[in-house]
Amino acid sequence: MLNYVLRRVAVAIPTILLLVVISFVLMYAAPGGPFNSERPLPAQVMANIEARYGLDQPYWKQMANYVWNVVVHFDFGPSFQYRDRTVNDVIAQGFPVTLTYGFWSFIVALVVGVALGVAAAIRHNSWLDYLAVGISIGAQVLPNFVMAPILVLVFTLWLGWLPGGGWQGGQIEYIILPVIALSTSYMASIARITRSSMLEVLNAGFIRTARAKGLPTRRIIWKHAMKPTMLPVLSYLGPAFVGMITGSVIIDVFFSTGGIGQFFVNSAFNRDYSVIMGITILVGVLTVTFNLVVDLLYAWIDPKIRY
Amino acid sequence: MALLDIEDLRVTFTTGDGEVNAVNGVSFSVEEGETLAIVGESGSGKSQTAFAAMGLLARNGRATGQIRYDGRNLLELKQKELNRVRSEEIGMIFQDPMTSLNPYMRISEQMAEVLTLHKGMTKRDAIAEATKMLDAVKIPDAKNRITMFPHEFSGGMRQRIMIAMALLCQPRLLIADEPTTALDVTVQAQIMELMAEIRQEFGTAIILITHDLGIVADTCERTLVMYGGQIMETGPTDTLFERPTHPYTLGLLRAVPRIDRDDETLSTIAGEPPDMSRLPKGCPFTPRCAWAHGPCPTVRPELLPAEGYPMLRRACHAPVEEVK
Repeated sequence: MLNYVLRRVAVAIPTILLLVVISFVLMYAAPGGPFNSERPLPAQVMANIEARYGLDQPYWKQMANYVWNVVVHFDFGPSFQYRDRTVNDVIAQGFPVTLTYGFWSFIVALVVGVALGVAAAIRHNSWLDYLAVGISIGAQVLPNFVMAPILVLVFTLWLGWLPGGGWQGGQIEYIILPVIALSTSYMASIARITRSSMLEVLNAGFIRTARAKGLPTRRIIWKHAMKPTMLPVLSYLGPAFVGMITGSVIIDVFFSTGGIGQFFVNSAFNRDYSVIMGITILVGVLTVTFNLVVDLLYAWIDPKIRY
Repeated sequence: MALLDIEDLRVTFTTGDGEVNAVNGVSFSVEEGETLAIVGESGSGKSQTAFAAMGLLARNGRATGQIRYDGRNLLELKQKELNRVRSEEIGMIFQDPMTSLNPYMRISEQMAEVLTLHKGMTKRDAIAEATKMLDAVKIPDAKNRITMFPHEFSGGMRQRIMIAMALLCQPRLLIADEPTTALDVTVQAQIMELMAEIRQEFGTAIILITHDLGIVADTCERTLVMYGGQIMETGPTDTLFERPTHPYTLGLLRAVPRIDRDDETLSTIAGEPPDMSRLPKGCPFTPRCAWAHGPCPTVRPELLPAEGYPMLRRACHAPVEEVK
């Protein structure tokens, strides 16, 4: 087991490095730079600024320096856009925000999605099943840039129950709307996967055995059917969790939460090289980590999987 | 009074292609401690008969008629009452021991839950009891192996575990749905031997559903031959095998390979099992029967005592009286 984890971590390192190289190359291949503007700067000024940020050096050297600083000093460099902030500052400011509403979105999506999926599967082809399928299709096709304004319209403008934006250090009333907007489509996917998975499991021979043993339905569902049902759900949850905790630009922009998603998109528009790289690496590391977590959870659920 | 008394059982499945009649008016009974074999080809309705008795029909299935166990009609029981009958009164084992045990739970857990639920035992006592039962079905080193998962056992061992689990509450009836079909021949013999021992030891009545006539000849006192969801012929196994008078029984017996005769070729029953959604009005075997005549395709034969063999009952207009 420990051996397996170490092996996976060993594989993760070249994966991340590859990610760094590809992002670096793509970034530089795109036309323009962080200091290009409509009115060109005098050549001398430009040269000074580029020297200040090390942009006058060859690409390979820039990349090597960057990797060295990240690995050795855990320093993602200065932001090219926000003059007196480093990338570490940007992440430290934005990530806790997305982590907070992303985590709660994950919990909501998981609990509601699984409950909806299980209910639909147990009452297969009943009104409850149709309702659950209807809700999940509705939630799936409703993108969050439509969800968000509708939520604000209803809960802020009409009902006046919740603030339509802001963060205020993550007070509960500021979290609710972003969480709903972000979690619905994930919730819908989880419900769909859970439903079809559970339907398949309920046809398995061992469920028939459990019924022949005279077990009450509730015990059959939770004790016998739940674990195998969750296997396909689990493989979806890993990437979904990373997707949620790294936030969404729509949520950040619409609710002015100040999360990392907003910084990410702005940095791409502004050619803020170091912020792009920093957030890319963050998402990459999280993705690799949670894929490993999912694989370990597989082994916990399925006794046939042993590493 | 018989332990299990089935009367005019009908099982119908509603499918996209219309109604499928899997069982069409089957009546028979099982006495306390008796072993009854139900034989027939795939799709003859033998398994569905058993599933109906245990309330295990698929969602789109419906059973009508009467299945009286100890005087109560199982088809009318509430879910809760039925759950008490399952395991406590009737145990059941299935065809494929590879999929019948829950691969995600330890054997100890799967067995103990039967006892904690039905007998109110503590988990500790339940596991001790389960271990004893595993010993009884000859699982070597049961004390240690009970905490293993199903995939750590061979197919034959898993079927032994299934049998042990079905017998935990000492039911008076054990329904075995093709218990040896998925196993190796040598393992088949061991399992059948085990079932015979269980019957001796616990006095459990057994319904053995199979298409393996070799097994039936050795272990079952009475045999019931099914085809097209109906009983074709029934009687003491000895008589039935020595003097089959129903063309279908005869066909089944002729299709068993025998080492003690030097037949050149193994005979088969020509044609295919019937389409259960379009059964003929008369005898379902008519299209494949060499003896079929006048009333066969239109009039359904009744299950009546056979002439000359009062122990046998058969449903046939054209019995085979002379067998070479």
